[in-house]
Amino acid sequence: MGRLSVSLCGIELTNPVIPASGTFGYGYEFAELFDLDRLGTFSFKGTTALPRFGNPTPRIAEAPAGMLNAVGLQNPGVDKVIAEELPKLKKVFHKPVIANVSGFSIEEYAEVCAKLDKEEQVGWLEVNISCPNVHGGGMSFGTDPRAAAEVTKAVKAVTTKPVILKLTPNVSDIVSVAKACEEAGADAISLINTVLAMRIDLKTRRPVLANTTGGLSGPAVFPLALRMVWQVSQAVRVPVIGLGGVSGAEDVIEMMLAGASAVQVGAANLVDPLACIRIIDALPAVLDRMGVKNITEIIGGAHG
Amino acid sequence: MKQGVFTVGDNAPLSPRLKRLRLLGDSSAIARPGQFVSLALPGFFLRRPFSVCDWDASGFSIVYEQVGKGTDYMRSLRTGDRLDVLTGLGNGFDLSRAGNAPVLIGGGSGVSPMLGLARRLLTEGRSPRVILGFGTREDVALLEDFRLLGVCPTITTLDGSFGLRGLVTDALEELQPSFFYACGPEAMLRAVAECSACDGQMSFDARMGCGFGACMGCTRMTRSGPKRVCRDGPVFDRGEIVWED
Ligand SMILES: Cc1cc2nc3c(=O)[nH]c(=O)nc-3n(C[C@H](O)[C@H](O)[C@H](O)COP(=O)(O)OP(=O)(O)OC[C@H]3O[C@@H](n4cnc5c(N)ncnc54)[C@H](O)[C@@H]3O)c2cc1C
Ligand SMILES: Cc1cc2nc3c(=O)[nH]c(=O)nc-3n(C[C@H](O)[C@H](O)[C@H](O)COP(=O)(O)O)c2cc1C
Ligand code: FES
Repeated sequence: MGRLSVSLCGIELTNPVIPASGTFGYGYEFAELFDLDRLGTFSFKGTTALPRFGNPTPRIAEAPAGMLNAVGLQNPGVDKVIAEELPKLKKVFHKPVIANVSGFSIEEYAEVCAKLDKEEQVGWLEVNISCPNVHGGGMSFGTDPRAAAEVTKAVKAVTTKPVILKLTPNVSDIVSVAKACEEAGADAISLINTVLAMRIDLKTRRPVLANTTGGLSGPAVFPLALRMVWQVSQAVRVPVIGLGGVSGAEDVIEMMLAGASAVQVGAANLVDPLACIRIIDALPAVLDRMGVKNITEIIGGAHG
Repeated sequence: MKQGVFTVGDNAPLSPRLKRLRLLGDSSAIARPGQFVSLALPGFFLRRPFSVCDWDASGFSIVYEQVGKGTDYMRSLRTGDRLDVLTGLGNGFDLSRAGNAPVLIGGGSGVSPMLGLARRLLTEGRSPRVILGFGTREDVALLEDFRLLGVCPTITTLDGSFGLRGLVTDALEELQPSFFYACGPEAMLRAVAECSACDGQMSFDARMGCGFGACMGCTRMTRSGPKRVCRDGPVFDRGEIVWED
């Protein structure tokens, strides 16, 4: 066990830095630039029961210190993911991977999770109850503690692997949603997904995104994400994965001090495809400066 | 794809609207004309994608138009400034399909990749003809560069102040090309596709998140399903395109 290793629901990660779903594809593009096995794991693109084209374009807009996306869960559907993407992924990454799952009904979540649970390379299921982009879909599950608990129960009933519930920040009481998921059997919580946002183009006087609204992510959301990780990690006993705006080694440390057992990196991968590797490489020096031997020592350290 | 730090060689105006930025550094990831690069600009979160105009062992050039804040910042870049650039992005044009008498059609800043394409077609012993479309006389750019290669482009301007009056398609009607390569505004690409008898390839534009295939931000529906403009494109075959209304 190295000084950067952490454990996530009984599976050891060589370091706590995890590329976040939707910003890392199925890994192939990044495998051109670095050895993916340097990562502890990564979370692949959100998977639904049926293939989805996603939202109309433009799907991307810029923000001060961040970006908006309204991709709308474009993916080839769970059957194709299993038949085509996972075998390819297996060639470039040789460790358990996090399967990110989305759905528009409780049955869909359960169906997709049951299928992915059988795949050898899937180590964890990450259930996205937070995507703000799909009308009448994901949003409602993550904003209502009861609905969040129902999804959790339904997924737990059909899976054997650790289940991570991924929460939306677009709520007034994040702690109650997290607690409801924990009580329903969630093995871990990841947060945050993107923050509902929009931009308007001055030339056209219309919203930039064809979908009108999209999810804000990147450094702009870091303090907000950190606050929620802090609150949730105090309220639940299961491990918390912190994400939202992480772009450097110091952000990782801050998230872990706030209570995160591991950290995901999203938008930073899109603008710097080597972001995760740079962060991993920079961590030991930060730990040295802080006089910390093993990174696990700092988890929740700010709670005093 | 490669990530590298490049040094600004120069950043000179070609016309009131267009400037050419030469960047010096490792250009080894650039394999085909029609590929693009993505510039990280200080103070801007997302990278900005630009077609490669031309390249050699010492670096590459792009031609850009100021349309917003990022390109406005680029206008102030000076010799010696350093930029983080992703190079070798996208598929690029397929030169093997050119035939004997290909035509290269560029409109506005879309004239840019046609220069590198013309140079490589000439190296392969083809004789490309070139049509460049602009708004008005003062917009005309890269004409001398094409002439230095030994090709004499047909210029069209909307107001007739230089070359032929009208659109690139007005010049295209005269020719019987073996294949066409086009880059420019989508309305121009569509008009070219509709008036050409031969097959061809076109380079498309899209709002991008990453520029290298990871985010699904740039998807375009094609006859063979959803495609990422940044990775499966930006160059698509005429027959693959689904035109949006
Ligand atoms: C494959 C490809 C090749 C391109 N080649 C060229 C070229 O050779 N010369 C040239 O002048 N322009 C080219 N463009 C367009 C160029 O990327 C945009 O003009 C530029 O990003 C605008 O940035 P801005 O900050 O000035 O605009 P802003 O409007 O301030 O930018 C805001 C955001 O929107 C994006 N954006 C705005 N306009 C466009 C656009 N037309 N296309 C894509 N993204 C846009 C920006 O990248 C940024 O993320 C190309 C685009 C693509 C996708
Ligand atoms: C382009 C894009 C696509 C995303 N797609 C998904 C997805 O499919 N499933 C999911 O759970 N989260 C998705 N997310 C959210 C990220 O995983 C992450 O929660 C969020 O962006 C905050 O982290 P960041 O600030 O580091 O980007 C996406 C984010 C972006 C930018
Ligand atoms: S811009 Fe990210 S996939 Fe094309």
